[in-house]
Amino acid sequence: MPHITSSKTQPTYDVIVVGSGAGGGQTAYTLTMEGAKVLMLEAGRNYDPVKETPMFQTNAQAPLRGASTPDKPFGFHDSTVDGGWQVPGEPYTSASSDPAQKFWWWRARMLGGRTNHWGRISLRNGPYDFKPYSRDGLGMDWPLSYEDLAPYYDKTEMLVGIYGTNTGLENTPDSPDGCLLPPPKMRAGELLAQHRAKKLGIPVTHIHRAVLSVKQDADKLPAKIHPKNVKAQRVLAQAMRERQACFWATPCGRGCSIKANYQSTTVHLPPALATGNLDILTDAMVRAVIVDDSGKATGVSYIDRKTKQEYTVKARVVVLAASSAESVRILLNSKSPRFPNGLANSSGLVGKYIMDTVGARLGGQIPALENLPVHNEDGAGGAHVYVPWWLYKEQHAGKLGFARGYHIEFESGRRMPGMGATGGVESLTGGNYGKQFKEDARRYYGSFMGFAGRGEMIPNDDSFCELDPTVKDKWGIPVLRFHWKWSEHETRQAAHMQKTFVEIIESMGGKAGKPDATGAQAIEPGGKIIHEVGGTIMGADPKKSVTNQWCQTWDVKNLFVTDGGAFCSNADKNPTLTIMALAWRSTDYMLEEMRKGNL
Amino acid sequence: MDRRSAIKWMLTAAASVAVMDRAAMAAEGTATAGVGYGTDPDLVKVYKPGDVWPLTFNATQRRSATALCDVIIPADDKSPAASKVGVPDFVDEWISAPYPGHDADKKTVLEGLAWIDAEAQKRFSNDFADLVLKQKSAICDDICSYGKAKPEFKQAAQFFRKFRDLTAGGFYSTPEGMKDIGYVGNVAITTYEGPTPEALKHLGLA
Repeated sequence: MPHITSSKTQPTYDVIVVGSGAGGGQTAYTLTMEGAKVLMLEAGRNYDPVKETPMFQTNAQAPLRGASTPDKPFGFHDSTVDGGWQVPGEPYTSASSDPAQKFWWWRARMLGGRTNHWGRISLRNGPYDFKPYSRDGLGMDWPLSYEDLAPYYDKTEMLVGIYGTNTGLENTPDSPDGCLLPPPKMRAGELLAQHRAKKLGIPVTHIHRAVLSVKQDADKLPAKIHPKNVKAQRVLAQAMRERQACFWATPCGRGCSIKANYQSTTVHLPPALATGNLDILTDAMVRAVIVDDSGKATGVSYIDRKTKQEYTVKARVVVLAASSAESVRILLNSKSPRFPNGLANSSGLVGKYIMDTVGARLGGQIPALENLPVHNEDGAGGAHVYVPWWLYKEQHAGKLGFARGYHIEFESGRRMPGMGATGGVESLTGGNYGKQFKEDARRYYGSFMGFAGRGEMIPNDDSFCELDPTVKDKWGIPVLRFHWKWSEHETRQAAHMQKTFVEIIESMGGKAGKPDATGAQAIEPGGKIIHEVGGTIMGADPKKSVTNQWCQTWDVKNLFVTDGGAFCSNADKNPTLTIMALAWRSTDYMLEEMRKGNL
Repeated sequence: MDRRSAIKWMLTAAASVAVMDRAAMAAEGTATAGVGYGTDPDLVKVYKPGDVWPLTFNATQRRSATALCDVIIPADDKSPAASKVGVPDFVDEWISAPYPGHDADKKTVLEGLAWIDAEAQKRFSNDFADLVLKQKSAICDDICSYGKAKPEFKQAAQFFRKFRDLTAGGFYSTPEGMKDIGYVGNVAITTYEGPTPEALKHLGLA
């Protein structure tokens, strides 16, 4: 079973998975390894990172030196295909014209979705993060605990390959031996920050990222990941052997032709295809889930983007993993006389409590980094260090004025020069040209650092999406309309980030940019950090949630949502690792229910 | 732009965030597909100016731009002059691009190049490209610093800053420019060793 076209689909499948990113990839992987017959539908085109990734291409080889454009918002060589905050012909709308109340919705239209370009930061949620309501009375508790998910974090880390280190810090879980790969050494600016910030009580430590710092142990890991499943072990061992260790060049956002980092297209899908149990149909834009008279899902309808024809495919179980908001859209568009408000929506909560990560940044110039002896700082194509949230006790004692924490990511290093190579040097030199300008360019190159806060947002009643009553996309499918509002917990958190960044920069002897004391200016728009979660939140009460702890919808038992939609809080930890672990746990339950004949 | 906001801007530009924001916001509600390179270009291919959209400079503009590029980045013992590595073509590509913001840069650059030739005629009765370096410098000294420029040169100083950013971005992204500025990455290596002992010593962390 392979990549197919609409005319080659089977009459029925065990499971249809809508979406091919972190959630869909993990779901299809787990199902096919256990023998289930799966059809994966992807709205975008087929994509092969081995052939299509621009490894080693320089900015001078790209139009506009690789600078961002509306066609490629993260720069020319970013892996994203047909995506961005705007997708031509596939609009979304905002209920408010106020920029502060707009949600920026990032989509990709390619196999593997957003996993091809993501930052690869892979942090476990901690015990507090699953029980935030119990801890401070805000938001909602998850209907599962850290201990419930921990075994799946272990397996996910071993499967995808994550470098990092255990810190023993509060609410920052350690991984068991054998899960993490060794972290790369810190870069010059990162080391300096670690040294200086220590005096401020701010811990700079190795970040966790989904990059193979060394090759995976293909002899041992498969048996740990798939005990008692000899075929799965064999298939996975082969897939692991085809992945190479990082060779410390080329930014991860371009994708990776040697499969050294995690993207669904290099890690989840090749072994899933190798089982012979997976059909992948790309260019399939799902419109709705189909239900029978008893209210059970029987399949989905989709539009073939190439022929513009509509088709129906059938399965025992339907899984939505189309991205949180896209899955919401499919559910709301799945209207029938029995479900006039959309499917799985008896609670009225489909589309409610969407969240992003709180983001704010500040830069500074660090004289100690000027004229640094020349050396290669490419490293792992992304972050090496971060600051985990370090003020749990002060916060819990009510001393901070906002309820949830953030971590800090760093931008530093002597990166491949592009259009920003000398931008603004005039501010340091007074403005010159000629040989002096060339000397100044050498002096200041690599002496700038940026600090980006990534914080927890508390779900609120004012941040949700619904169907726009009039606007449809080019396929005739009603689009989403977003409502958005940050609360003071988020803006005050952003203000605290700004203050902290100034302290770190000044501790390094640097000059910080102008901070925003209120946080309202510094905070990025909703959706900008691309950590879109919620909208089909899980819970213990069918009246107050859309799914149970297994990502199974309360209303339709053979319908699951395994993207970030089930998140009922959004810890500062980047969501992708948790999406995968949660999808794996959900899929194990799904398989068990299928074996028992309950699905 | 004051020093602090300039630093903020520079950092942001270095991370391509501000540019990205502008591009993304400008994209709202506008169809861009089919105008530029589109949302699914071949990423592995090597492009050169003029491959995707037509260029703008006429012979006079190209000559002036070339001369100004080389005043900003002349040859020295570390690297060649900007024009020797195709920077004027890149500036032309940039101002000719069908994306938001580039039309404003086109206006700035074309009017600036016309101004600098007119100024050269006024002061030295010659085109800018035909001046000797001392004469070129006399003009550039008046416009190379926006903060210090006299009121009558403010607009030209704005042009100069834009042109310098484009020249530098174009230059330092070439192999010669990367080598000059001290970028030695983009090569496959077996282990990542972190900062060299010399770099650690420089930081006081050895």
